[in-house]
Amino acid sequence: MAAAAGMGQQWVLVEMVQAFYEAPAYHLILEGILILWIIRLLFSKTYKLQERSDLTPKEKEELIEEWQPEPLVPPVPKDHPALNYNIVSGPPTHIITVNGKECINFASFNFLGLLDNEKVKSAAQASLKKYGVGTCGPRGFYGTFDVHLELEERLAKFMRTEEAIIYSYGFATIASAIPAYSKRGDIVFVDEAACFAIQKGLQASRSNIKLFKHNDMADLERLLKEQETEDQKNPRKARVTRRFIVVEGLYMNTGDVCPLPELIKLKYKYKVRIFLEESLSFGVLGEHGRGITEHFGINIDDIDLISANMENSLASIGGFCCGRSFIIDHQRLSGQGYCFSASLPPLLAAAAIEALNIMEDNPDIFQTLRAKCERIHKALQGISGLKVVGESFSPALHLQLEESCGSRENDVKLLKRIVDYCMDSGIALTQARYLEKEEKCLPPPRSWTTVLSAMGVLLSRVCEEQQDAL
Amino acid sequence: MANPSAVCNGHLHHHHHQKQNNILKSGIYKKNGITKGMKKNGVSNGTLHKKTITEHFEQAPMYVAVLTFLGFGVGTIFGYLRDFMRAWGLEKRNVAAEREQQKDFVPLYQDFENFYTRNLYMRIRDNWNRPICSVPGPQFDLMERVTDDYNWTFRFTGRTIKNVINMGSYNYLGFAETDVNALKTVTIELQKYGTGICSTRQEMGTLDKHVELEKLVAKFLGVEDAMVFGMGFATNSMNIPALVGKGCLILSDELNHTSLVLGARLSGATIRIFKHNNMQSLEKLLRDAIIYGQPRSRRAWRKILILVEGIYSMEGSIVRLPEIVSLKKKYKAYLYLDEAHSIGAVGATGRGVVEYFGMSPDDVDVLMGTFTKSFGAAGGYIAGKKDLVDFLRTHSHSAVYATSMCPPVAEQIIRAMKCLMGLDGTTQGLQRVRQLGKNTRYFRRRLHEMGFIIYGNDDSPVVPLLLYMPGKIGAFARRMLEKNIGVVVVGFPATPITESRARFCVSAAHTREMLDTRGLKADVSGLFHSRCSSQRTKIW
Repeated sequence: MAAAAGMGQQWVLVEMVQAFYEAPAYHLILEGILILWIIRLLFSKTYKLQERSDLTPKEKEELIEEWQPEPLVPPVPKDHPALNYNIVSGPPTHIITVNGKECINFASFNFLGLLDNEKVKSAAQASLKKYGVGTCGPRGFYGTFDVHLELEERLAKFMRTEEAIIYSYGFATIASAIPAYSKRGDIVFVDEAACFAIQKGLQASRSNIKLFKHNDMADLERLLKEQETEDQKNPRKARVTRRFIVVEGLYMNTGDVCPLPELIKLKYKYKVRIFLEESLSFGVLGEHGRGITEHFGINIDDIDLISANMENSLASIGGFCCGRSFIIDHQRLSGQGYCFSASLPPLLAAAAIEALNIMEDNPDIFQTLRAKCERIHKALQGISGLKVVGESFSPALHLQLEESCGSRENDVKLLKRIVDYCMDSGIALTQARYLEKEEKCLPPPRSWTTVLSAMGVLLSRVCEEQQDAL
Repeated sequence: MANPSAVCNGHLHHHHHQKQNNILKSGIYKKNGITKGMKKNGVSNGTLHKKTITEHFEQAPMYVAVLTFLGFGVGTIFGYLRDFMRAWGLEKRNVAAEREQQKDFVPLYQDFENFYTRNLYMRIRDNWNRPICSVPGPQFDLMERVTDDYNWTFRFTGRTIKNVINMGSYNYLGFAETDVNALKTVTIELQKYGTGICSTRQEMGTLDKHVELEKLVAKFLGVEDAMVFGMGFATNSMNIPALVGKGCLILSDELNHTSLVLGARLSGATIRIFKHNNMQSLEKLLRDAIIYGQPRSRRAWRKILILVEGIYSMEGSIVRLPEIVSLKKKYKAYLYLDEAHSIGAVGATGRGVVEYFGMSPDDVDVLMGTFTKSFGAAGGYIAGKKDLVDFLRTHSHSAVYATSMCPPVAEQIIRAMKCLMGLDGTTQGLQRVRQLGKNTRYFRRRLHEMGFIIYGNDDSPVVPLLLYMPGKIGAFARRMLEKNIGVVVVGFPATPITESRARFCVSAAHTREMLDTRGLKADVSGLFHSRCSSQRTKIW
């Protein structure tokens, strides 16, 4: 077998040698040159193309030595207005001690006057005795207390929705709710005057944001129509792109309400969902304090999600979202501020439940609040140089300079003088604070005036002070 | 399932057994360059050099990984089957549905996104969100919950399960208590101030209590100044954007908490991730960042911020602070340390990882922490140099737009901190810290002796016990509850898919009997021995 193979091989070799002799000369020369070239390439040194970023280690060390970062924080001037806080000693109720001086509190959002209510405090005390202070865990890991479940049930019942979910911080409520539903590629139509928490929620969601002019339904409809024409170009994408409108019930930045009935019409016409933020209008608008849906007489199921914080009317801490179970249940796994944060301390939840009880038992406090709002609004109208921004029934009003002094800083300085003067005379006002570089549409400088339902009538004094200040 | 901590990027981790000896035996010490750097720095603190960092991350045997994937595979197949049956009406739909009037709207959720929730999470859903009706101390009372339709809905029977041993709440120093004497000051302040504030820090919301608390926090940590916020999660998500912005670089650990990730994303800076606690990965990123600058434009970075945590609550590992500090000094980066779990829990007097490693608080640029875990309250703080805190007072989103901390909670933190610092005249604070250390070491040793795979540093009170298989997750938690022990189990997506675990939080208030009971009972239920192969996988 091997011999036969050997014979075969020899025979092939012979053939090869024969072929070698029979080949034309140029063929042999060409192949010879190629073989020599290959041998040369094999034995020559390899080299790399010189890369632009191929630095020597020495150069790298130099770069590292030379690099100087900015300081971690830029220096803040010592007289920055925000650096000198007003320190309140004692409870921030309607008589407040600011920087050692007693004033009437026109600056806290204590709309229903529940901050120093004895019943609320005793409910909180009872809860403190039973549960201690903190919950030591998020909702998923033994941080769900029976008070939380009770508060959620009560809120859902009060607002007449299927379900409610509580957050432990007001700011985090809407800022976690929006990204839970709206993701990258979805479209959100939001009012220009939306508050900062909504802006952060939108930023976290990475969706496409379309701003429409404040309370301008024609502008919103224009944007919706544009979106519709876009959809027709690409129907497959349109079928999976979710759309939302985010509005506030009572805008914090302008003090007026959104035109909810028109929004509902637009919702069904263009098939967008509505998220309503009711931090200022919960416990204020409506016959029983249920917010702007009651104010306009709209079926609450038409609104997909209502979010509010409990830090204004309910005089507690935290926030809640309410709506249908189909929508709210989703946040229990995907609301970041709910899943990854400790739950609300039980004493605050108990205080909120008691506050809800008071709201349900005394529905006439809303009438009282509205009457007082109207009075203050009217009384502040006559001051020259200052204009009142906000609806007549809004408990939080802005006082803005009618004519600007030239630059924002000068406006701010003048307003500060007014506020200081008022404080010296016993009325606590505050300047509305904004982060200048962060806000999308920066409102002009102004100062707050809030109305407390349980405070006495000292309107004339307010007007006098304002007039004198100017 | 809800998880309070780590966000894994979904990659499978191959942790290997790491045992780092001290610097004197530098042969075993992997990172020679950094070792030399530390010696040069002259940090000749006795504690630091003698510290033996033992962290265990043992890898499971192969058959366990195979069985885990098999378990998930079977679960997925059944999931598809169930979905099919539901779509064709063969099975009742238990999920809430969209309104009739809005059926032609774009669907709010995509079916596929919720596949895992519907089919796998729903089966074992009864192990989370368990409501309690007492103080979350070393023992608590659970409300009894039953389900008639396989976890789609629950109903309360009205009974309470009393005196369940609490291994799930973050009560490291045992300050979650209802002792009347202990809460005396809190009661007084609650009566005086009420519960709410109704204003932001910059407007009318700064009470004298906040000023007192901030001074105390600064004194406790040994820094110049501190600022407190109403929510721990919000502390991260609202202050990181104030510190860094576009053109800055954030180097964040793989297993950082969601709040850090959210804060980093909201800031607009570029984010790069380094492997968990891996100093070589971090150094490489630092060098590349400084040498090559920003991508495409090659401009230099404005600043570089390293985000790490003190104790990582899903792994139980402690950050390698000395090495990070030396790296940060060499490359002129800034360090942001989130001590949510480590403040009060580690260190000789409970001052966190900075004290644990014997370093000075000046080495860390931004010290952040929360009061929820070790102080039994709520809220967060940021501490550091006066410039930093002044800047945050003016530019933090929380100071301008969010409510401040409520007074009774502030008082609880003040009394807990005074107790820890010994300012109330007793040594109770120090005793608590020592008791926690003892409990931690004892507990870990016992579990180790029994043969379970435990992750993390020997000194960390967070003890993850690896279960691996999906069937064990539900079975373990339910079995423990039957034996009156409340545990926390975590699975995908909070952890890598093959590394589901049960997590125990040791507390200073646990007595030795409680820890023994728990250990013995785990032994008795030997079904869940990590190396045991005979287990009932309840996938049905």
